Amino acid sequence: MKELTIISGKGGTGKTSLTAAFAGLAQNKITVDADVDAADMDLILTPSVRYEEDFKGGHYAVIRQDLCTECGECRERCQYGAISEDFVIDKIDCEGCGVCVYFCPAEAIEFPQRTCGRWYISDTRHGTLVHAKLGIAEENSGLLVSLLRQKAKEIAEQEGLERIIVDGPPGIGCPVIASVTNSNGVLVITEPTLSGIHDMQRVQELAEFLNVPTMLCINKYDLNPGMAEKMQQYAQNRQIKYVGAVPYDRDMTKSMVEQKTLLEYSDGKAATAVRQIWDSVAETVFP
Amino acid sequence: MVIAVASGKGGTGKTTIATNLAASVQGRVRYLDCDVEEPNAHIFLKPEHMESETVTLPIPEVDMDKCNLCGICDQICQFSAIALMGDTVMTFPELCHGCRGCMMACPTEAISEAKRELGRLEKGNSGHIEFYHGLLRVGEAMSPPLIEAVKEQVAPGSLNIVDAPPGTSCPVIAAIKDADFLLLVTEPTPFGLNDLKLAVETARLMEIPFGIVINRADVGDGRTTAYAEEENIPVLLEIPDVRKIAEAYSNGTLMVEALPEMKEKFQTLYQDVCQRIG
Repeated sequence: MKELTIISGKGGTGKTSLTAAFAGLAQNKITVDADVDAADMDLILTPSVRYEEDFKGGHYAVIRQDLCTECGECRERCQYGAISEDFVIDKIDCEGCGVCVYFCPAEAIEFPQRTCGRWYISDTRHGTLVHAKLGIAEENSGLLVSLLRQKAKEIAEQEGLERIIVDGPPGIGCPVIASVTNSNGVLVITEPTLSGIHDMQRVQELAEFLNVPTMLCINKYDLNPGMAEKMQQYAQNRQIKYVGAVPYDRDMTKSMVEQKTLLEYSDGKAATAVRQIWDSVAETVFP
Repeated sequence: MVIAVASGKGGTGKTTIATNLAASVQGRVRYLDCDVEEPNAHIFLKPEHMESETVTLPIPEVDMDKCNLCGICDQICQFSAIALMGDTVMTFPELCHGCRGCMMACPTEAISEAKRELGRLEKGNSGHIEFYHGLLRVGEAMSPPLIEAVKEQVAPGSLNIVDAPPGTSCPVIAAIKDADFLLLVTEPTPFGLNDLKLAVETARLMEIPFGIVINRADVGDGRTTAYAEEENIPVLLEIPDVRKIAEAYSNGTLMVEALPEMKEKFQTLYQDVCQRIG
C-alpha cells in the first residue's frame, strides 16, 4: 500500500481540483481530504456518509463558580492569559494544559474533553472518501489529520486497496506536518508567482526535513512562463521530480461550479495536462 | 485601530488586499503579516533595513541529579512532552506547548527552562509602512505563539493591518483576535463560497464586525453575491479578474502600482471600514 500527499504551501493553487481529478483517474484507491480547516473535496465528490463520529482532542478547563475562592492561583500560573479577572476561562484561549486544574487549592476546576470536530467515511462515485470538519476556532488539526490517514489505511487494508491519495492543507504547520509525515511521496502544486516560489521552497524544505520524496507541478504556468521555467530549474537543482505544468483554463473553475472533476467536465488543455501529470505521479509513487 | 484581512480558503487574495490597502492609505500604517507559515507580504512591500529576532517557547530541561523520579511531571503534562521511563525522565521538546506545568509542579526543582525556536520576528520599513512579519521555522508545528509575538507589535492609536493565515482554526484565531474589523476575502467559486461561510461563522463567533471583498469577481457564479445579500453582509470591494492584475501579482508588484486607478478604490474601502467601526 502506498500513499501520495498533495500540498502547496500557498493556498488556492489548485490542490483540491487536482486531487479530485486524481481520485477519478486512480484505480484501487481511497481518498482523504486532510484540509480539515476548510474541506472542499466533498463539493466535487458529493459523498454520502456511511459512518461518522465526533473527534475528541484534548481538554478544556472550566471553573466552577460555586467552589471558586478567587485566590488567583490559576490566573498567576496560566501561560495563555485565558482566565479573566472574574475567574471565567475563555474556551478559545484555553490550551488544555491542565495547569490550573492541578494547582487549584479548592479543586474548583473541571477538565472535560473537547469535541473539536467530526469525521466521516463516505461513499462517492470515485470510491471511498475519508474526510472531516474541524470546529470553528478549534485546535488539534494535526491529530485529526493523523486520525483520518490512520482510518484510510485501515479501510485500505480491509478492502485490499493499494493507493491512498491525500489532499493536504495549505501552509507548513501542524496539519501539514501530519499530512506529510511517513507519506510515500509528496506532490507540490504551485503557481508561477513570486509568492508561489517562496511558499513552494518552504514546503519543499519541510518535505525534505521529513524525508519524503517530492514532485513538483505548476498550475497556470502560462501566466508567467519565465517564472515557471525558474521553478522547473529549482526542482532540477534540488532533485525534485518535475511532473508537468497545467495551462490556465477556465474549465478548472467551471468544473467546480458543476460539481465535477476536471476530467469529468472537460477534455480541454488543462484536462490533458492533468492526465499526463497523473501518469507521471502514479509511475513514481504507485509503480 | 486594527483591520484584519482573512479568508477561510487560501489563495483568494488576502495579501493582495492587505498590502494594497496599506499602500493606499495616507499616514503611518503598521503592517503585521501573521501568515507565519507562508508569509508573502514582504514580496510586495519590499521592506528595507530589516531587523530580526528569534521567538522561542519555554520547554523543560531535567537535571537528573535533582530528580527523585516521582513522575509528577509526566502526570501533569497533557501533551506527552515529558515522560518518566524507568530510572530516567525523557523530554520530547517538539510536543511541548510551553505551559511550564512540569517546572511549576516538580517538587525537587529539577526542571529548568530551556528554549525551542519557533521562528523569527522581523521588522523593517517600506515608505509610510512599518512592516512586521513572523517566519515559522520549517519543521515547527505550532504557529500560534509566533503569531501572538507578531500581534504584540500592534501600535495602539495608529492604523494596524493584520494579514491573517487561511483556515478557521487556532492560527487564524490568534491572528484576528482583538481586531476592530475583519475583511473577508473570497472568490465567487463553490470552494470560495463554502470557505467564506466558515470565515463568516468565525467572525460571528469572535464577535468582530466584518465585510466581504470579492476578488476575481467575474469568475465562477453569482452565488456569493446572493449569499451576501441573504445574510445581509456588506460587499465592500470587488476586484475584477484582469490579467494585468494577475501578472503584477506574479512579479511581486502592487496592484495600485500596476493599475493606479485602483488606489482610490482602496482609499474608499478604508473610509468605509472607518465609518463602520464608528
